[in-house]
Amino acid sequence: MASHLPPKPTAQYEETAGGGLAAGAPHAPRGMMRWLLTTNHKEIGTLYLIFSLTMFFIGGIFAMVIRAELFQPGLQLVQPEFFNQMTTMHGLIMVFGAVMPAFVGLANWMVPLQIGAPDMALPRLNNFSFWLLPVAFLMLLSTLVMPGGAPDFGWTFYAPLSTTYAPPSTTFFIFSLHLAGISSILGAINIIATILNLRAPGMRMMDMPLFVWTWLITAFLLIAVMPVLAGVITMMLLDINFGTSFFNAAGGGDPVLFQHLFWFFGHPEVYIMILPAFGIVSVIIPTFARKRLFGYASMVYATASIAILSFLVWAHHMFVVGLPLVAELFFMYSTMLIAVPTGVKVFNWITTLFRGSISFEPPMLFALAFVVLFTIGGFSGLMLAISPADFQYHDTYFVVAHFHYVLVPGAVFAIMAGVYYWLPKWTGHYPHLRLSQWHFWLSVIGVNLTFFPMHFAGLAGMPRRIPDYALQFADFNMVTSLGAFLFGASQLLFVAVVILCIRGGEKAPARAWEGGEDLEWSVPSPAPLHTFETPPDFKPQQH
Amino acid sequence: MRKRLVSMAAGLAFTGLSQVVLANGWNMPVGVTDVSREIHSLHMIIFWICVVIGVVVFGAMFYSLFRYRRSQGAKATQFHEHTTVEIIWTIIPLLILVGMAVPATATLKNMYDASEADLDVMVTGQQWRWRYEYMGEEVSFLSNLATPRAQIDGSDAKDDTYLLEVDEPLVLPTGRKVRLLLTSDDVIHSWWVPDLAVKQDAVPGFVNENWVRINEPGIYRGQCAELCGRNHGFMPVVVKAVEPEQFDTWLAQRKEAAAQEAMGVDREWSREELMERGEQVYGTICASCHQPDGSGNPPAFPALAGNQTLMDDRERHIDTVVNGVSGSAMPAFRSTLNPVEVAAVITYERNAWGNETGDVIQPSAIAEQLSD
Repeated sequence: MASHLPPKPTAQYEETAGGGLAAGAPHAPRGMMRWLLTTNHKEIGTLYLIFSLTMFFIGGIFAMVIRAELFQPGLQLVQPEFFNQMTTMHGLIMVFGAVMPAFVGLANWMVPLQIGAPDMALPRLNNFSFWLLPVAFLMLLSTLVMPGGAPDFGWTFYAPLSTTYAPPSTTFFIFSLHLAGISSILGAINIIATILNLRAPGMRMMDMPLFVWTWLITAFLLIAVMPVLAGVITMMLLDINFGTSFFNAAGGGDPVLFQHLFWFFGHPEVYIMILPAFGIVSVIIPTFARKRLFGYASMVYATASIAILSFLVWAHHMFVVGLPLVAELFFMYSTMLIAVPTGVKVFNWITTLFRGSISFEPPMLFALAFVVLFTIGGFSGLMLAISPADFQYHDTYFVVAHFHYVLVPGAVFAIMAGVYYWLPKWTGHYPHLRLSQWHFWLSVIGVNLTFFPMHFAGLAGMPRRIPDYALQFADFNMVTSLGAFLFGASQLLFVAVVILCIRGGEKAPARAWEGGEDLEWSVPSPAPLHTFETPPDFKPQQH
Repeated sequence: MRKRLVSMAAGLAFTGLSQVVLANGWNMPVGVTDVSREIHSLHMIIFWICVVIGVVVFGAMFYSLFRYRRSQGAKATQFHEHTTVEIIWTIIPLLILVGMAVPATATLKNMYDASEADLDVMVTGQQWRWRYEYMGEEVSFLSNLATPRAQIDGSDAKDDTYLLEVDEPLVLPTGRKVRLLLTSDDVIHSWWVPDLAVKQDAVPGFVNENWVRINEPGIYRGQCAELCGRNHGFMPVVVKAVEPEQFDTWLAQRKEAAAQEAMGVDREWSREELMERGEQVYGTICASCHQPDGSGNPPAFPALAGNQTLMDDRERHIDTVVNGVSGSAMPAFRSTLNPVEVAAVITYERNAWGNETGDVIQPSAIAEQLSD
């Protein structure tokens, strides 16, 4: 593969250094225009990460509203219709605005650095993919002030609640989701083109760091399923505005078809949010265990197996919708199978730790918490896969507990681990140690206080998406709300750490972490605006 | 000796903790049907398997983290592959999964066998109430939330069955196999009673099937489990299970009452009678969207108080209630309400909250219109 490398790009602009600042180049636009027009993968990566953090806080504020209302039984702060808007917007913003763009931002920054490429393969497309997002999410957020309010049918927007019975703002929601989807597809194409074409000479596919591998597979998932999402929301658009009846039973349509289409997108989507997290953890754990990753090849195969299986399990979200028995059995078995490759990953991480030389810097703390808490989410996932038991678990807080365990201490912790890991490379400074540790421990305590009691509330019979609840759920909800406030407040520490790290701190060398072996540690810290303009000398490790 | 004490204390603590965690109110209820028991035991089996795997996996992890600390001078041993080990830890989980799938499959097959039922009940979800129809018995009624508004907004103390009380529960006989046929008039709802281990979506345009055979008399409470709009959280399910003889008597009484009501259609009703009945119907059916004072919740739910278009056009008012408004949240009430109720509620709406049209609509007129 190395022999098919494209010719080395010629530098078209002034070479500047210093943490991505293009100051001094006379023809480079300054101020807002610089960020609007940038085609540099590092600057676009930064934009994605800032955008994602902003959305994380907006979605977080919605979550705080939800938890404040649920602090006690009774309706105190908001009306049910606004509560439903909050749960819907919280989900949509966190999934499409916070988690996905964060991974794309990390990919933008780190994929070229980890494969020794000068930039992404399609830099202008990269700029376009990013700037679609602020437009999409401004439009989505603007629905909150429209007559009839924002979408209020949950982030899964089941028809016909989201079509015949939806508020008028739904059309804007559809358009914004279309834009976000286009952004994802273009981003995915760019990542695939970069990984397949721009690897350093001598780097085979099986030499790539796992973050690169997991992103490559994720990008294929995105290209496969985002068009399905686009299709299903277009059908909604037609039902709402053009008199069709795709999902309207009164017109001969089929509300269950909506769920099949949505989850055919939706289940791969949840792996889109976790596979890059696997990649991040798989590069951090070896670094701080000072030991090569155990079972590199099986990690790659396990990731690919999970991705393939993700297309065969969608209807486990629909066990109580009235599927025939054979369908229930098929989707139960296929879902259970996912535990096998996922288990392999966990075993590999733990075996990497075994007989290592382990230290506990902030990125490692987050990565280790990821392994433990993601596994807990995996256990509840396995329980949910058992179709007869799911008749009791389905649509309860047990499910809410499950997917928050895999998404918050799962995906979000992995993103934070990645940020702590690569901050020295981005800024040239180490993050403030004490503050980072405070952030970590408060987050771990907060996240468990928030989501663990949800298991009990769900098993005891509390349905999800309700603004008020029966008295036997009161204690669980109070603990959950307190935990949520703690977790929410702790994230302000994260912002403080990042800002302090940009402005100063202990200087980091090129190899910021002793055990860091990948190519990004061979360029100076902070990484100059342009790196690897001449391909690096890559020596493969013996895998 | 000390070690033994420590391990005993740990054992006691563990048992104590699991007692609390598995106690009622923290765990899935065992329930009152054979199926609910089977599901509960499946749940516990998977739970304990997960606990054991968790202890082994996290044990190995924390041992490694503790034992191989760099601060204690640990040096890394370089090894990064071991095919045999990797095959073993692929095969073993696979075998555990097969072990879980076997009992799960048996339970599922049992749950799907709704044949040879003694009684069929049609359960229809509506925003935001349930309608129960005893098939072939001419008995049907609506089941609405009975928790007073004052408890929800906090001006009254909440009682034990807060949000889990209805005006009319579904009455079912113990010991008989009851087939539930579920559908919906508007959006998707989900009928769920944890003690019966029945959760089934009610989907518009589909009739889903489930069944239940209750072993013990009692009152079993649940809720709508699928987000169905504004009052999704205020749509409880209450099942009252009674001995079969008691059930038969109850059903006979309901049949008698339904027949009485049907006779009422033909007679002349006074304005006061209709207003009284109408206020009651409005309170249980219409107020959740159009609000008790008729102010509505625009744009989805228009105001009725001072609604000039409707007040000027009596036929349109009747048509709206009877046939609904397609493409909106307004359902057709022709099959939900009887002619007396339709006449009463329209009379009420046309004379309440300052709508002084003076109209009195007779049930017989509505019955005539319905039979067209």
